[in-house]
Amino acid sequence: MSADILIKIDNLKKTFQGGLEALKGVNLEIQRGEILALLGPNGAGKTTLINAICGIVLPTSGTISVDGYDVVKDFRKTRSMIGLVPQELHLEAFEKVFQNVSYTRGLYGKKKDPAYIEKILKDLSLWDKKDSKLRELSGGMKKRALIAKALSHEPKILFLDEPTAGVDINLRRDMWRAVKELKENGVTIILTTHYIEEAEAISDRVSVINNGEIIITDNKNDLMRKMGQKNLTIEFQEPFSQIPSTLESYNLKMNSNNSLTYSYDSHGSSTGITALLQDIKSAGLKLKDLNSSQTSLETIFEKLLEESV
Amino acid sequence: MNWTGIMAIYMHEMDRMRRTTVQSIFSPVISSSLYFVVFGAAIGSRIPVIEDISYGSFIVPGMIMLALLTQSVSNASSGIFFPKFLGTINEIYAAPLSTTEIVIGFVGAATTKSIILGSLILATGLFFVEIYIMHPFTMILMLVLTSLTFSLLGFLIGMLSSNWEELSIFPTLILSPLVFLGGSLYSINWLPEFWQNVSLVNPVLYLVSGFRWSFYEMADVSITTSLIMIFTFLILNISAIIYIFSKGFKIKD
Repeated sequence: MSADILIKIDNLKKTFQGGLEALKGVNLEIQRGEILALLGPNGAGKTTLINAICGIVLPTSGTISVDGYDVVKDFRKTRSMIGLVPQELHLEAFEKVFQNVSYTRGLYGKKKDPAYIEKILKDLSLWDKKDSKLRELSGGMKKRALIAKALSHEPKILFLDEPTAGVDINLRRDMWRAVKELKENGVTIILTTHYIEEAEAISDRVSVINNGEIIITDNKNDLMRKMGQKNLTIEFQEPFSQIPSTLESYNLKMNSNNSLTYSYDSHGSSTGITALLQDIKSAGLKLKDLNSSQTSLETIFEKLLEESV
Repeated sequence: MNWTGIMAIYMHEMDRMRRTTVQSIFSPVISSSLYFVVFGAAIGSRIPVIEDISYGSFIVPGMIMLALLTQSVSNASSGIFFPKFLGTINEIYAAPLSTTEIVIGFVGAATTKSIILGSLILATGLFFVEIYIMHPFTMILMLVLTSLTFSLLGFLIGMLSSNWEELSIFPTLILSPLVFLGGSLYSINWLPEFWQNVSLVNPVLYLVSGFRWSFYEMADVSITTSLIMIFTFLILNISAIIYIFSKGFKIKD
C-alpha cells in the first residue's frame, strides 16, 4: 500500500435485505490528510459507503482498509481512528451537551478528559450551552453538537455526511473554517454534500458517485481544468444589432447589444482568443472590457451525472 | 476488552434510570406495596396460615419475583429499543465495541436496576409483613440470576422489535400471564391436580418456587430443579443472543 493512502476500498458491494443494490463494486482510495468531497444525488450510495467504512453497515462483499487495517477483522483499530457526523440529527433529547459528548468519548475507550471536551465545545461555540439539554438546541447547534461528539475521541479521520444541510450561510462558513483547521491539524476529512459550492470551496479532491458506482475521482482543480469550459465575456464601446459576419465562425453568444461571450476549451492546444481579438479589431469594433470565468463544479457535476445515466 | 466503552454504556443507562426514577423505581415499588396492603394486611388476614407463614409473608418472594421479571424485561428492552428508535444506536455501532461488550453494558445496567428494585421491594415489604430469609446466599443468587436472565431476554426482545407494538407483545401477552399463573400469589398445591400439572410447564413457577424456598424453605418444586431451570434459561438466552448477533439479524443491515 502506498504510504499516503489512508483508506482503500476494493470492489465494495452492498445489497440490502430488501434487494436494493446500494453499492455496485466501489473502488476508492482516500489520501492521508486530504479533504475529499463525495458528491452524488439522493440515493446514490454516499451514506451507505460511509456507513460501511464506519462499521454501521455490513458489506456484502469487497474489502475496506483503514491505515492498513481491515474494517471487519481489525474493527477496534479502524473505528478508533474514525469520527462520524451523521446526516440526521439523532440525539438523546434529555441529555446535556457536555455529558453526551463525554459519553461518546467513553464509547471509544478514551478516559475522561473534561479539558479536551471544553476545548471542542469552545471551538464550536457551544460552551455556553454545555449544560443545556440537547432537545433545547437549535438545528444548527445540534449539528455542531454532532461534530463535537465525532471529535470527542480525537479521530484521525472525520466523515461529515451532509454537514451543512439546513444550516445558514454564516454557520456554514464557520464550519468550512473549522474543517480547514482540522485538516491543518492532520485530520483526513471526507464529506458528502449537496452544495457543490461547498465541495468547490473546501475540498482537495472530488469523487462523484451515482447509482452505487464511482464515476470519477480526481483532484478538484484538475477536474475543473479538464472538464470545465472557460468563458470570455467581451464588452464593446459601441452597440451593434448582430454578430458581424467575420466573427460567425467563433463560438459566440450575444448577451446584449454591446456584449458577447466566447466559450473555449481551456486545456486545448489553442484557445482561439488571439485570432478572435484580431478579427474583432478587423471588424472595426472597439473593446471596452474583457472578463474570463471558469465553468463551475456544479455544471461539471451535472454533466458527469448526465453522462453516467 | 473496551472496559471504558462498556462503562460508558452502563453509566449512560444508569443515568437514564436516575432521570426516570418515578417510572423505573417508584412505580413498581408502590404497586408492590399496594399488593402487600391489600393481600397481606386486608385479605391476607382472612386467609389461613400456610405452614406457619402468614399469607402476607407468603406472597413477598412472589411479589419481588413478579417485579423482577417484568421490570428486567421492560428495562432491558427499552434500553436497547430507544437508541434504535432514536437512531442513536449508530454511534454505538460505529464505536470500537464488540457485540459482547454492547450486551454487557446494556444488560449489566438493566440487571443492576432490577437488583436495586428487588432490594427496595424487599425492604418495603418489611414495613407491612413479617419476613425472614433462611437461605440468604441462595436468595441473592436467585435474585441476581433472575435479573440477569430476564434482562438478557428483554435485550433480545428490544433488539428484535421493529416498533412499539412488537416491543409490548411479549411482556403483555406472554410474560404477564406466566408471572401471575406461576405461583406468585399462591402455591400450586392449592390447585386441582390437572392444573398443577399444567403449571409445571410454566417456567416462571420454578423461579418463584426457588425464590420462596430461599425465604421460608417452602417450595412447589425442589430448589435443585429451580436452580437448574434458571441456569438453563440463562444459557438459552445467551445462546440466542450469540446466534442473533452472529447472523446480524435485525441488527445491522
